[in-house]
Amino acid sequence: MSRRKTERLLSLVVCLLSTRRYLTAEQIRRAVAGYPEQPEAFKRMFERDKEELRELGIPLETGSLSPMDGEDIGYRVQQQVYELPELRLEADEAAVLGLAARVWRHAELAGAAAGALLKLRAAGIDTDHPDAGADVRQGIEPRVHTTEPAFGPLWQAVRDRRPVTFAYRAAGRSEPQTRELEPWGVVNRHGRWYVAGRDRGRDAVRVFRLTRIEGDVRFSGPARSVTVPAGTDVREVVRTWDSVPPRENTAVLRVRAGAGYGLRRYATGPGDADSSPPGWDTICVPYSDVGWFADHVASFGADVIVTGPPDLRDAVIRKLKGVLA
Amino acid sequence: MSPQAATSAERLQRLLALVPYVVSRKAVGLAETAAAFGLSERELVDDLNLLWCVELRNPDPYCPIDLSYEGGEIVVSQAETIGRPLRLAVDEASALLVALRMLADVPGLQDRSALSRLIAKLETAAGEAAAPSAQVAVQVDKPDGDHAIAQIRAALERKRRVHLQYYVPGRDEATQRDVDPMRLLVVEGRTYLEGWCRRADGVRLFRLDRVLGIDVLDVPASVPGDAQPVDIDQGLFRPSADDVHVTIEVSAAGRWVAEYYPCESVEELADGWIRIGLRTPDTRWVRRLALRLGEDGRITAPEDLRARVRDDAAAALAAYASA
Repeated sequence: MSRRKTERLLSLVVCLLSTRRYLTAEQIRRAVAGYPEQPEAFKRMFERDKEELRELGIPLETGSLSPMDGEDIGYRVQQQVYELPELRLEADEAAVLGLAARVWRHAELAGAAAGALLKLRAAGIDTDHPDAGADVRQGIEPRVHTTEPAFGPLWQAVRDRRPVTFAYRAAGRSEPQTRELEPWGVVNRHGRWYVAGRDRGRDAVRVFRLTRIEGDVRFSGPARSVTVPAGTDVREVVRTWDSVPPRENTAVLRVRAGAGYGLRRYATGPGDADSSPPGWDTICVPYSDVGWFADHVASFGADVIVTGPPDLRDAVIRKLKGVLA
Repeated sequence: MSPQAATSAERLQRLLALVPYVVSRKAVGLAETAAAFGLSERELVDDLNLLWCVELRNPDPYCPIDLSYEGGEIVVSQAETIGRPLRLAVDEASALLVALRMLADVPGLQDRSALSRLIAKLETAAGEAAAPSAQVAVQVDKPDGDHAIAQIRAALERKRRVHLQYYVPGRDEATQRDVDPMRLLVVEGRTYLEGWCRRADGVRLFRLDRVLGIDVLDVPASVPGDAQPVDIDQGLFRPSADDVHVTIEVSAAGRWVAEYYPCESVEELADGWIRIGLRTPDTRWVRRLALRLGEDGRITAPEDLRARVRDDAAAALAAYASA
């Protein structure tokens, strides 16, 4: 960190904010201390400084000095575009604000949340209000993690509306495939991150799980080149993709007494009690996909035996034989 | 953001917040301000001196910022154009708005009206920068009905012990236990009760969607003074030294295992198979996992666990042969 550079950048911000008219680079060089005399060196340093201000979100405007003269470019920052608008919060609002900023702690947007909080404090808001609401008082602690490395670049791509490419290993596939996606949004569902958008290769809406993305996510086009169709609700897109089909089948299961709670919870009713041997219960459980449900039933081992239907019974027996294979 | 590590840009960002921080409070103590910005008082004074030194040279030299910190109290008498904070950047507005909308989704929340008012105010203040936040969402799972969460909220408010009937899927058991509630955690979209479990004599987390039944008891909660809350930023599940090391190999069809369970290592093998290393205090759930995987998984260590899984499968097949 260089103190002189910080001073120069700060002077530059104040200088650009204090002018209504556009200032030429030369006027700026004369007003702001710390720029070199040599024109080439100044130009390079000024370019870098402008870039740094833009990265901080300072709305640096470029315009021509007079309508007659398109040649001469000038710079300024408009006060009302720069400033955070007036914002007044009630005590209970300020209290939940502190709660919200903690959500991202140690996750990808932690720095952004801290930066936002700093600006709001700078606007006169006290986030550590003693008169906190019940949720804060009772120790509600919300957290979101972003351990998937793909989260950062995908969020940037969504934010800047840029297409991306990545290697993706779909469920059950042994080799990853390259996909090109126009990302519409990222959604966390059941604790997992997904990205939804238009898959360019397949020309269709697709949802990808971030843990299955391998290697780097690369931008494959410029900013603002992706259009999210009007009315798109990314939460809905992910929910539809992830939803369980209706449970149209019913299994009849024999469950050992004191076991099988993971299935008993979903039982629609007892089966024929008379047919159960002592120490066993018979229950009926609805399911949708026979493959998935057979895996689930197999996990209970000798505590749960399928009475019917036959295809489910066979699938479980096949599964168990696979263990011995 | 310590000044040693901060870049010029980061320090500039801090200075642009520091001036309005003082201006909006008229006058504020050095110590309080240093704490708010995570600085030592010396570092803060260095920032104030830097601000005071800023000078514009043209057309006429002048100092845009005037301030003093005599007697430990900061007063900014002239702040020129940087008396208000910079508006929120897209990332900043999104971080807050996504978090607030997630909070609004938490079942049983009491400050819901404060949340919706705050969301509306921030959306207005952020303006265009608020738009991309609609493209990020965190969904909170809703356990069946709001009953359990309402009971827990009541127990927390009145500092009462609860009785839980709690399902442990790894062992396929419905357990009964008395718990002294500590906190309600919402991590990765799932809601947990953190409490002192009197059966385990320790701090435990209970996932609300696995609570089969709950009663608030007419007994005051008594959490031991030395009970350590779970450090949720380190991950909810941490291995301990007594754990069993398990190695399990799964086919491409079983790769989901690496996504669902906390693994210590994942190693690529041929034909899409992977080798997963994990540690667990209780291997019963691993046996159940191995049965579920069938031919798509094989435990390679420890040997006795592998043998038990084969016994489990053989016992189940024997039951089918006779039923």
